[in-house]
Amino acid sequence: MTLLIRNGRVVDPSQALDETLDVLIQDGVVKRLAAAIKPPGKAEVVDATDLVVAPGLIDMHVHLREPGFEYKETVESGTRAAAAGGFTAVACMPNTRPVNDNRSVTEHIVGEAERHGYARVYPIGAVTKGEKGEELAEYGDMVAGGVVALSDDGLPVANSEAMRRALLYSRHYDLAVIQHAEDPTLGPDGVMHEGEFSTRLGLPGLPGAAEDAMVARDLLLVEDNGGRYHVAHLSTARSLELVKLAKDRGLSVTCEVTPHHLLLTDRDVLESGLSTHTKMKPPLRSEADRLALVEGLADGSIDVIASDHAPHHADEKDVEFSLAPFGIVGLETTLALCLDRLVRPGLISLSRLVEVLAVNPARVLGVAGGTLKEGSVADVTLFSLSRQMTVNASRFRSKGRNTPFDGWKLRGRPVSTFIAGRHVVV
Amino acid sequence: MTEIAWQQKDLLSIADLSAAEIQLVLDTASSFREVSARPVKKVPTLRGKTVINLFFEPSTRTRSSFEIAEKRLSADSLNFSASSSGLVKGESLVDTALNLQAMAPDLIVIRHGHPGVPRMLAERVSAGVINAGDGAWGHPTQALLDAFTIREEKGKLEGLKVAMVGDIAHSRVVRSNIELLNTMGAEVTVAGPRTMMPVAVETLGVRAVYSLEEAIRGADVVMMLRVQLERHKKVMFPSVREYFQLFGLTRERLRSAKRDAIVMHPGPMNRGVEIASDVADGSRSVILEQVANGVAVRMAVLYLLSGARQEAGA
Repeated sequence: MTLLIRNGRVVDPSQALDETLDVLIQDGVVKRLAAAIKPPGKAEVVDATDLVVAPGLIDMHVHLREPGFEYKETVESGTRAAAAGGFTAVACMPNTRPVNDNRSVTEHIVGEAERHGYARVYPIGAVTKGEKGEELAEYGDMVAGGVVALSDDGLPVANSEAMRRALLYSRHYDLAVIQHAEDPTLGPDGVMHEGEFSTRLGLPGLPGAAEDAMVARDLLLVEDNGGRYHVAHLSTARSLELVKLAKDRGLSVTCEVTPHHLLLTDRDVLESGLSTHTKMKPPLRSEADRLALVEGLADGSIDVIASDHAPHHADEKDVEFSLAPFGIVGLETTLALCLDRLVRPGLISLSRLVEVLAVNPARVLGVAGGTLKEGSVADVTLFSLSRQMTVNASRFRSKGRNTPFDGWKLRGRPVSTFIAGRHVVV
Repeated sequence: MTEIAWQQKDLLSIADLSAAEIQLVLDTASSFREVSARPVKKVPTLRGKTVINLFFEPSTRTRSSFEIAEKRLSADSLNFSASSSGLVKGESLVDTALNLQAMAPDLIVIRHGHPGVPRMLAERVSAGVINAGDGAWGHPTQALLDAFTIREEKGKLEGLKVAMVGDIAHSRVVRSNIELLNTMGAEVTVAGPRTMMPVAVETLGVRAVYSLEEAIRGADVVMMLRVQLERHKKVMFPSVREYFQLFGLTRERLRSAKRDAIVMHPGPMNRGVEIASDVADGSRSVILEQVANGVAVRMAVLYLLSGARQEAGA
């Protein structure tokens, strides 16, 4: 099968490319990048005039909720949301029921993705059995089943000895250990960021120090024990300082931020009238934190943007703020939000955006993709910088409608995705 | 009397009220206070109106106060208690709201452990909703009755120095009082142990200090807060004994306030913890006046909200 994507603006930071080119794809791989390629006979031709052609975007932090919570999301609905949002691959967190801490669960997820998937699915295995933070899960067996990284996301690996062992043992498989960094003993009843607005609302706070303390501890453990360490949904200025320091010291450390932590703050909790769509972990932080994250994204110290797509049923979210579960969806808003609120105002370049949404996630997870170099797998995302969209949660492909961005008008939006050269129809 | 009409459907937060609206409530309460002094303590103002008292948290004082206010206005009132714990209750808040709406009450008085719940309810029912305390966020009728009491004693609110002492972090009384007193031009100082002070306290528009004497120096009003001994397990301070030594109001310490300073407490009091008995029962204490005024202020709020409904054709 042959596909020619014509006349698009090819943005591929993996080869420092940003120019109008044709992309020829044959048998699922990128065959040639050049201006005005003559379409071979029988080639399907896609006109990408006025569109950006990027390596397929990878959201390395999503919750597909299957198995166990199919009423919130399934592999099928979640990957459809991914495709609609411009993603060709997602990495799914293991806090399912049962927890993805063994090969049979991993294989179930992989199987569902093969049967019903609209995007590639890379399962992330649990660091510890049952995400209990004690005994190590069977990394080797899970890797054989398809696991590409480790995390107890939703919960931190709070026990220092368990974290140390995880860092050491994960080295056998060169797996990134992805930490949900939160000291659970600090601000144990917290439901929002501890600061001006928790003070005004009288709500128990989640102090930034709970994240910073765990990041700091982990970085010390990485320095002594090695391993590849990745901070999930980093949300504070101080955690970012710590990560920069560790990178300066040559440690193998990376981090991700979410669009909501780049665009919203704890003020939005108050101003939304305590909408449960402003409740997630880590919580929306202060404006100073938000500005530091935007700066870190621009200066290269933040490696990845990931959505932390966390679907919940409307009945679960339509309750008292303090009782609502943490989390919001993001697969269908991430790209458009980043284009409209980060790239359009010039906070980051388009090439930088592709780097954090495609190139770096592939590198952190150690998976194919994240590049359009000749010979590489032909996962491609097409998006527009000029077409507009209004976020409409009721029309999401995801089962989750829990977004604080409903009704936002955005310029720039996903257009289509291709996996191994095949157009994904959502 | 102030020449403004009451427009609001609900009373959810002091922050929703203008200075003129606060004045209107206080002035209206003045005219209702006389009713409680009559031999027959009843007026027909709310006859035929249904008021539901929905208390998801235990409350004796606030609930009785509302109930008496409702009865003195001849409303038909109904009490409904439940637990606000999501684990215990069988019905979601949304369903509770829909069921209440189906019974077509005119007013709903709600107390709930979680902040924002009165607002959630108000968005879903056509009845007027009165917040009788939500989490540590707000307790608007308490702030109004405190303001009424201060105004009775001092003749004004503007320019007064008011000290509030105790558990600032967990007190809804404090938050609503600060909003009201700031709106009316009083000057508020708060004090308490650092473990009971919210992190960004000064963003509330108050001066925060960490000693009782400093807080009440030159104060016109000293408001002591209840130490929530039920929160004690969370170890906010080492012992009741040490708390009283540091932040308990004694006759001796009260000397640093103005000579005519009044002492207030929203109740229920822990004698010998935040306040010494001789101060609580002493001549400067207006604690029982607060309780009496609470009925008049709640009558005023019920009356104004039901009037707003009539004008809106409800």
